[in-house]
Amino acid sequence: MNTLPQQLANGLLLGSMYGLIAIGYTMVYGIVQLINFAHGEIFMTGAFGALTVYFYILPDGTTMALAIPLMLIGGALVAILIAVGAERFAYRPLRGAPRLAPLITAIGLSLALQEVVRNFYPGADRTRAFPGLDTTRDIGSVTIKDADIFLVVAAVVCMATLAFFVRKSRTGRAMQATAQDPDTAQLMGIDTNRIIVIAFAIGGFFAAVAAVAYGLKYGNVDYRMGFLMGLKAFTAAVLGGIGNIYGAMLGGLVLGVAETLASAYIDGIPGMQQLGGQGWSDVWAFVLLILVLLLRPQGLLGERVADRA
Amino acid sequence: MVILSSVLATGALTLTACGSRDDNGGGDSGDNGGGTTLTIGVDAPYTGENSTTGLGIRYGAQIAVDDANKNKLVPGVTFKIKALDDKAQPATGQSNATAITGDKTAVGAVGPLNSGVAQTMQQVFASANMVQISPANTNPQLTQGKNWQTAKERPYKTYFRTATTDELQGSFAAGYAFNDLKKKKVFVVDDKQTYGAGLAKIFSDQFKKLGGQVVQTDHVNTGTKDFGSLVTKIKNSGADLLYYGGQYDESSLLTKQMKDANVKIPLFGGDGMYASTYISAAGASAEGDLVTAIGVPADTLPAAKDFIATYKSKGYKGDYGAYGAYAYDATTAIIKAVKAAVDANDGKVPSDINALRSSVVDGVQKSDFEGLTGKVSFDQYGDTTNKQLTVYQVEKGKWKAVDTGTADLG
Repeated sequence: MNTLPQQLANGLLLGSMYGLIAIGYTMVYGIVQLINFAHGEIFMTGAFGALTVYFYILPDGTTMALAIPLMLIGGALVAILIAVGAERFAYRPLRGAPRLAPLITAIGLSLALQEVVRNFYPGADRTRAFPGLDTTRDIGSVTIKDADIFLVVAAVVCMATLAFFVRKSRTGRAMQATAQDPDTAQLMGIDTNRIIVIAFAIGGFFAAVAAVAYGLKYGNVDYRMGFLMGLKAFTAAVLGGIGNIYGAMLGGLVLGVAETLASAYIDGIPGMQQLGGQGWSDVWAFVLLILVLLLRPQGLLGERVADRA
Repeated sequence: MVILSSVLATGALTLTACGSRDDNGGGDSGDNGGGTTLTIGVDAPYTGENSTTGLGIRYGAQIAVDDANKNKLVPGVTFKIKALDDKAQPATGQSNATAITGDKTAVGAVGPLNSGVAQTMQQVFASANMVQISPANTNPQLTQGKNWQTAKERPYKTYFRTATTDELQGSFAAGYAFNDLKKKKVFVVDDKQTYGAGLAKIFSDQFKKLGGQVVQTDHVNTGTKDFGSLVTKIKNSGADLLYYGGQYDESSLLTKQMKDANVKIPLFGGDGMYASTYISAAGASAEGDLVTAIGVPADTLPAAKDFIATYKSKGYKGDYGAYGAYAYDATTAIIKAVKAAVDANDGKVPSDINALRSSVVDGVQKSDFEGLTGKVSFDQYGDTTNKQLTVYQVEKGKWKAVDTGTADLG
């Protein structure tokens, strides 16, 4: 059996999730040059927001067709609230401070969010079940679940809407202007504070969509889920060229596919048995990142940033 | 004769009366060591990974201490638990071990859950000459040294366990898979940890020895959530069984993703997966999956009846089924060794804590009593002499015991 199509599908699905989370890193970085390391935890709280809607608000037996949009709303509300709150109370007071200060705050915030969820959310110190969408379909030689379809559709719709918003809307153009040069943008009458809040909010929304997709796909969530996913998404953002929205999605897809293919095939190459398999997939993902950064320091779709730094 | 016996009876009554007066009033004066509080450390993960089984250890030890205090097992001594969370991390376990040995009222420790954590703790307890009894560690190296397959040598005389080793567990599982399940082609995955990798290797070796085929092997990182690539490999390998060496955190996700992808072969693992969380996380996908666990099922042991009732009535969280009863027996072994030390010291608690710790180590080595899980005694390596193992299978959302026995290493 040829497993390549299935492995590619596995990689693209994982990559779509990375890409959705990476948007949050990249937009914030593009506008305020801050790496929001708490973004992985914003993703995690989005998952718990959606979980709350399903288990504590909706009546038992609600169909998934109705539940999923409501879970998306619940997850998005929580994630956006936390993203915007983090901007207002953790990052804005430090704007203008040396770049290291907000970075440290971000790491502190990510630990704080983990601990808050672990201690105060019922049963969150262990894996919590999340309603899954487990019906499978065969498309050619590829088997995928309904949750996978949700993920792909959500990723495509989100990306298309965002692209349209950034290019065509007034706020979107203001975002581009702020990203290029915040000071001049302000002189032109753009409320940069508002733009920054919008960037955080969009990042939070995308993270919540990814979180719902994650829950539906894997069937459970826990308070540590944001760490590894956040790290991978950050890698995806850098790989694609941090600050570039399309780069984030492309970086996510490339990373997901590379990881999956590495774990699937490298141990089949003669002499490489010891360096392959699932356990080495992270290693190969970072090898790829290093290679890209060596050959193209600005990332796949990034622009030269020399004049900015 | 009548006079003699009545004198004896009177004397005995008087003595008993004295004893009870001491129990009530002797605590403050401390003239005969009455009212001494001694601490038993308990180390296991109570949050995060593996916490379901970790909590079972903590509360198993708690019940043992409560029982000993209630029954005044060691007159004049009150035991208390110092429970520390190692989060399944070796470094945290080591600092917990240091905290326990640094406590001048501590006489011994129960735990940890993970073999990898135990590796970092052994030296700390050995330096303090304090006894450590794990109810759950199964890696053979811990008691029999690095070269346990060829030349057994005990590395630390303060380390004991009430769990049997993976040499037996892995071989028992291989025997069951080959002879009872009639599986011939197995895919083996492990999590690269001390426990998981060791167990998977022992299973593979024994399975091949029996005539089975290991079609492919792979390793996963702990914390991984997406096993898409691995599942496709398993699907393509033609294996009729997946053996997993590791914990329920990853294996429950793996079995779910495997069955969602229509790979309908059972997952077979070790005692690290024997927890209710495995089933709740994997959902219906867990149906038919198997594990081996140490000992016989706690709820079939007549001696464990009260223990289970107490555990339930207190509303303790966690899973007593995996190691709770073993933690109870480990704790009791320490308490009995303290009693022996006190008895040997004319009924007084030795004032020098180091002397007490040292005699507790000797006392545990000589343990010989009927515990909840059967006879509690240790061989020259500190391993339990109770080598029973049980295969459990998920049936209608619950672990059900399907076979009990011991491994045939021949």
